[in-house]
Amino acid sequence: MRKGFLKIIASFMSAALILPALTGCHGKKGTAEFTMPEGLDPNKTYEIVFWAKNDTNITQTKIYNQAIEDFEKLYPNIKVNLRLYTDYNKIYNDVITNISTGTTPNVCITYPDHIATYKTGNNVVVPLDSLIDDPAYGLGGSEVRFDSPTREEVIPEYLNECVLDGHIFALPYMRSTEACYVNKEYVEALGYEIPDTLTWDFIWEVSEKALAKNPDGTYVVNGKDVMIPFIYKSSDNMLITMLKQQGAGYSDDDGNILIFNDTTKQDLLTISEHTKTGAFSTFKISGYPGNFFNAGECIFAIDSTAGATWMGSDAPLSDIHENQIARFTTVVKTVPQFDPSTPYMISQGPSICVFNKPDSGEVLASWLFAQYMITNDVQIAYSSTEGYVPVTSKARNSAEYKEYLSRSGEDNSLYYSVKIDAAKLLLDNTSNTFVTPVFNGSTSLRNAAGQLIENTAKSTRRGQTIDDKYIESLYEDTKSLYRLDQLGSNDMNSKEDLGPLPLGSKLLLGSIGTAWVVIVAYFIVQFVKKKRAD
Amino acid sequence: MKRTAKIVMSVVLMAAMALGSIGCKKSPEANGNTPDTKKGEGVMTYAEYSAAALDTEVTVETYIQAKQGWWENEGVGVATFYTQDADGAYFLYNMPCTAEEYDKLAQGTKIKVTGYKSEWSGEVEIIDATFEIEEGQYVAAPLDVTDKLASSDLINYQNMYVSFTGLTIEAMDDGSSAFFYSWDGSGSQGDDLYFKASVNGQTYTFTVESYLTGSDTAVYKAVEALKVGDTVDMTGFLYWYEGANPHITNITIK
Repeated sequence: MRKGFLKIIASFMSAALILPALTGCHGKKGTAEFTMPEGLDPNKTYEIVFWAKNDTNITQTKIYNQAIEDFEKLYPNIKVNLRLYTDYNKIYNDVITNISTGTTPNVCITYPDHIATYKTGNNVVVPLDSLIDDPAYGLGGSEVRFDSPTREEVIPEYLNECVLDGHIFALPYMRSTEACYVNKEYVEALGYEIPDTLTWDFIWEVSEKALAKNPDGTYVVNGKDVMIPFIYKSSDNMLITMLKQQGAGYSDDDGNILIFNDTTKQDLLTISEHTKTGAFSTFKISGYPGNFFNAGECIFAIDSTAGATWMGSDAPLSDIHENQIARFTTVVKTVPQFDPSTPYMISQGPSICVFNKPDSGEVLASWLFAQYMITNDVQIAYSSTEGYVPVTSKARNSAEYKEYLSRSGEDNSLYYSVKIDAAKLLLDNTSNTFVTPVFNGSTSLRNAAGQLIENTAKSTRRGQTIDDKYIESLYEDTKSLYRLDQLGSNDMNSKEDLGPLPLGSKLLLGSIGTAWVVIVAYFIVQFVKKKRAD
Repeated sequence: MKRTAKIVMSVVLMAAMALGSIGCKKSPEANGNTPDTKKGEGVMTYAEYSAAALDTEVTVETYIQAKQGWWENEGVGVATFYTQDADGAYFLYNMPCTAEEYDKLAQGTKIKVTGYKSEWSGEVEIIDATFEIEEGQYVAAPLDVTDKLASSDLINYQNMYVSFTGLTIEAMDDGSSAFFYSWDGSGSQGDDLYFKASVNGQTYTFTVESYLTGSDTAVYKAVEALKVGDTVDMTGFLYWYEGANPHITNITIK
């Protein structure tokens, strides 16, 4: 499992290194801008490539295959070739590699952060605005051969997440958030009741209390040698969410880096304090939260709602042996809040983009398939594989989906209660989700956010002193490592006044201008002479 | 474009080295090598390393047995190594090294490593390490642990180069496949391979780790060709993930 994680990072970093080469192609002529064709040529066969991602979940693979089969029945002249991935950043890496060779897929599962990079090429990704609104082939269009949702039926928050530079560059496909999976019996054994909304103070307090030990060295709460009360899967999400909840800086729409502030410092000091006692750890340091949680060695496990099928005593999926699984009640809560009256939780989940091709008919065929992926059949089937939610109100309000939700707990597979509770959590909190600004470099900033927590936690565990001096040093190292000092005010969107041009530059520009004046004058004189001669 | 070329070259180099290391594998007898048993100044014995607490700094002398996946993490090259001395094995996770150093760290190379002892899902490893190459050469012979598969003693051989003999390939959870791409069959060619094999009435899961031995390697292709009921001998590294998770590097169908 961990090798997969390593691969994710490796793939991502390789892609990041290719990025400068890609952005260096600005001056090169790319594919012509997409223009809407008159219609889909019924006499022409289109073969399109779809790069999809599954959560290492065979049911999701089957749903992709079923969707393709159903779509091809509706459009016999469109053949869809599926290539499956199990991590987003491998797709990202491969897309970037294929942009340079002009061999991108037609349709691709993606994240807006990734599109920000793809867009640095010329007309690589198709802006979907005109396609979405096309009366014939757009969302709910008259010529579409399936029951397509209208634009209004796509959850507005999710469609907005796909807007870059004022244009829609993707359709949302699935959405999830993070949830805190809580061992109810352990919390109660420690003398607490689980509140309606978890707070950071509550989690820290209970986690510290859970560290009490018996004379034989085992933990009182579980009678075992191992207890990490609080484990967070995504340390980058952890810091991003904490800062959002506190109204503190992270970044802005112009790509300015705001994360290195006093609130971040205070949060890191708090995390260090609880790492030192053993109350807190992360996925990267200790392992998957779900494994500890299911073994009864963790009380608060924060992971994606899209990982809900791995959480709890009766989880249909598990990486630990069945004789290691503890029996307890899993309660699904929102991530801890600083102010329960204004909760914030991150919005995450895949979107679908369409790549540009010289044949506009091929792009239209691709668009139709992308659109098919947000029809009710696909949305309800795929979202039911995990704690995802459909991205359209059309699917959410359907009788089929409502029935699915209502049957929570009927079994431990399709109707697994923890999974459905996780989906309901997001359905109830759609308006409380947020995303971070997307810009070229936003992925590095996200990685840096996680690294601040990981380094602080590792240094704490190694007995280093974590104080203001340590944090300041960590800030500088992180800025340098992730090149964050080269982003922000110096990025391509900057409007910073760079001061007057150097003299050499002025002379050069002046020379170029003079040369053009002379050239134009020469041609005018030649033209007049020719006219007179005629 | 220079960076793109560098990446492409690195990938090609990695693939070439992976193939090269497989082709060059020799038995210790063939090499005539023996590991140094006397440790240098400030260097831990394997027993001292085993006794060291997690998150403490450790220094060991060990020999490269296999390596995987050199890549750049924000401009810093790192790679993962399976290493071993006369007494035990050390897994070096994401150890910083340049591409040139990675080239030099061939199978058998002796290195002195300083880093932090860590544990991730049961896998004990050295992380955030630095190293220096020393004089010496040792390629471990596989230790047959077939009879220890069901024993709690197996963990004492964690990360070592081991062998499993006379196992029978069993069907995966779909009841018919001899292997899966990814653990549940949701992957595709190029992903890790998972397969099951039984001995002494017990069935165990084995992995071909694609980062160590990718789809172009003999072991990957051999597993893709397995049939339920085949009898096999295997060698590999006794990796750990929530229990034994051997990374198979060679498989022979009897």
